[in-house]
Amino acid sequence: MSDSKKRFIKGNEAIAVATIDAGCRYYFSYPITPQSDIPEYLSLHLPEVGGTFLQAESEIAAINMVLGASAAGARAMTSSSGPGISLKQEGISYMASDELPALIVNISRTGPGLGGIAASQGDYFQATKGGGHGDYRTIVLAPYSVQEMYDLTIKGFDLADKYRMPVMILADSVLGQMKEPVAMGGRKKSTAIRKDWAITGCEGRRPHVIKSLYLEGDKSIEHNWKLAKKYKKIQKNEVMYEIKGCKDADLILIAFGSAARIAKTSIEMAREKGIKAGMLRPITLFPFPNQQIKDLSKDIRNILVVEQNTGQMVEDVLISVSENARVTFYGKPTGNVLEAEEILGQIEKLKNKKRV
Amino acid sequence: MKQVFKVPESLKDVSFHFCPGCHHGIIHRIVAEVIDKLEVRTKTIGISSVGCSVFLYDYFNIDVCEAPHGRAPAVATGVKRVHKDRIVFTFQGDGDLAAIGTSEIIHTANRGENITVIFVNNTVFGMTGGQMAPTTMLGQETTTTPLGRSFIGDGYPLKMSEMLATLEGCSFVARVAVNSPANVRKARKAILKAFEMQVNNMGFSFVEVLSACPTNWKMSPQDALKRIKDELIPYFPLKIFKEKTIPDTL
Repeated sequence: MSDSKKRFIKGNEAIAVATIDAGCRYYFSYPITPQSDIPEYLSLHLPEVGGTFLQAESEIAAINMVLGASAAGARAMTSSSGPGISLKQEGISYMASDELPALIVNISRTGPGLGGIAASQGDYFQATKGGGHGDYRTIVLAPYSVQEMYDLTIKGFDLADKYRMPVMILADSVLGQMKEPVAMGGRKKSTAIRKDWAITGCEGRRPHVIKSLYLEGDKSIEHNWKLAKKYKKIQKNEVMYEIKGCKDADLILIAFGSAARIAKTSIEMAREKGIKAGMLRPITLFPFPNQQIKDLSKDIRNILVVEQNTGQMVEDVLISVSENARVTFYGKPTGNVLEAEEILGQIEKLKNKKRV
Repeated sequence: MKQVFKVPESLKDVSFHFCPGCHHGIIHRIVAEVIDKLEVRTKTIGISSVGCSVFLYDYFNIDVCEAPHGRAPAVATGVKRVHKDRIVFTFQGDGDLAAIGTSEIIHTANRGENITVIFVNNTVFGMTGGQMAPTTMLGQETTTTPLGRSFIGDGYPLKMSEMLATLEGCSFVARVAVNSPANVRKARKAILKAFEMQVNNMGFSFVEVLSACPTNWKMSPQDALKRIKDELIPYFPLKIFKEKTIPDTL
């Protein structure tokens, strides 16, 4: 599995390979399009390395198996899509409170409801604002290439262990189904850290308890602030983003995931036309690069937010920008993928408007 | 002087919070005695569920993980797949196992997961204040069946042991009660057998224990014992429904 060669593979397959390369040996899931390449790959290749692949009876059972394996001290993961992720929110909320690490992959589809299987970024709110019941967050990583599907899967496991919490990868079918060359390896062994909190049987120590029930008011308050403190630390230390061509830019485009991938071409097209456009791409959606957007928007006030939805991340941009910034939103919620030309059209429209 | 009775090592020396006449305490003690007898305390991992049994970790002197409502068999599956050499058991009430957790228990049993399930059936949702459970008897008054449970609209009391015993993957299924000293002894024997099955890698073992809930039945503890004998046992017969002697292999 781990070799330093490049392989030409699908995004979903890159996540599956990275899961094994990250040392994860426990995968539990329920079939749903468009992520089924992940369980199909792991059903064959996880047992080869002594791992466990289990097709659960439901999304809810799958996430709770992840909870159990994680509580037992192992790296564990599951993958799903939109409706399946909604069902998993119960377990994700429990794991956030239990402080259990896990990787949850959402190859999202259109919604609400059954929606469709095409690419969409409609799950941004669900992923970044908690998703389940209670006062919690998950770290959310948004890859925009097959290489990042691989790299961020490994990074996701490391972050989950470091902060003892669920980490989510938010991608879509464009990223899951497209093929690109991916550099792998460089990581022969798992970097899993010692989990001296796990339930393993209490040989030679006092019993461990993993729980999320706090009936006593004081303890519940204390627990919630403890979690909040952890999220603050993550906001301080783990923000990831990419800035391109913003030094001389008159306009910044902000997009993540597949929308950013498409918008990258639009920016190149704009540059060819002499329009000075740059891009900021959040790689972590939680923590969100609030400060970076604020700093950037002090000098470049014209901001275009592009999403494959009716406007979700734009709310985070609006609370981040400096007060003189002018934020314009362009969204496409349907199953039809954004096209570089239509984003270019928006850039040109803004360019022609009088600058604030 | 020889000590003939003491707190099992697998239990903490604390008082139970359970209501007077509740059978949870007896069942906790039996499970703890069995763990002691098999000398597996430091190898055992308990999965507590949602309901009165959630506080397993306050009483058992072992590692415990709390599961979301009904999901204990799925959590136990995850734990056992990681620690195949550990003894993993769930402790679930009838609201948890026979209502919201029906899917998890059936599929965990059907996969033949090598775990033990202790199912406490008191025919009512205890912790939430006595609402109807799938196991509530016909005619039984609860806070959500104020006129008594009717099969029209509410359905019939679910017989989990009988259902699970039909599954090929299931290795041991028994129903017991703890309403008399004789039944307590039989219950201990069945729970010991269930844990022995797991120790011997025989697959999924399940013991249903009929249990009194005098508070929500609005009865004295004595009347609750009588109800188990006169009303529950005739509908939920005490027996070993299934006992495999040869483990499943490929």
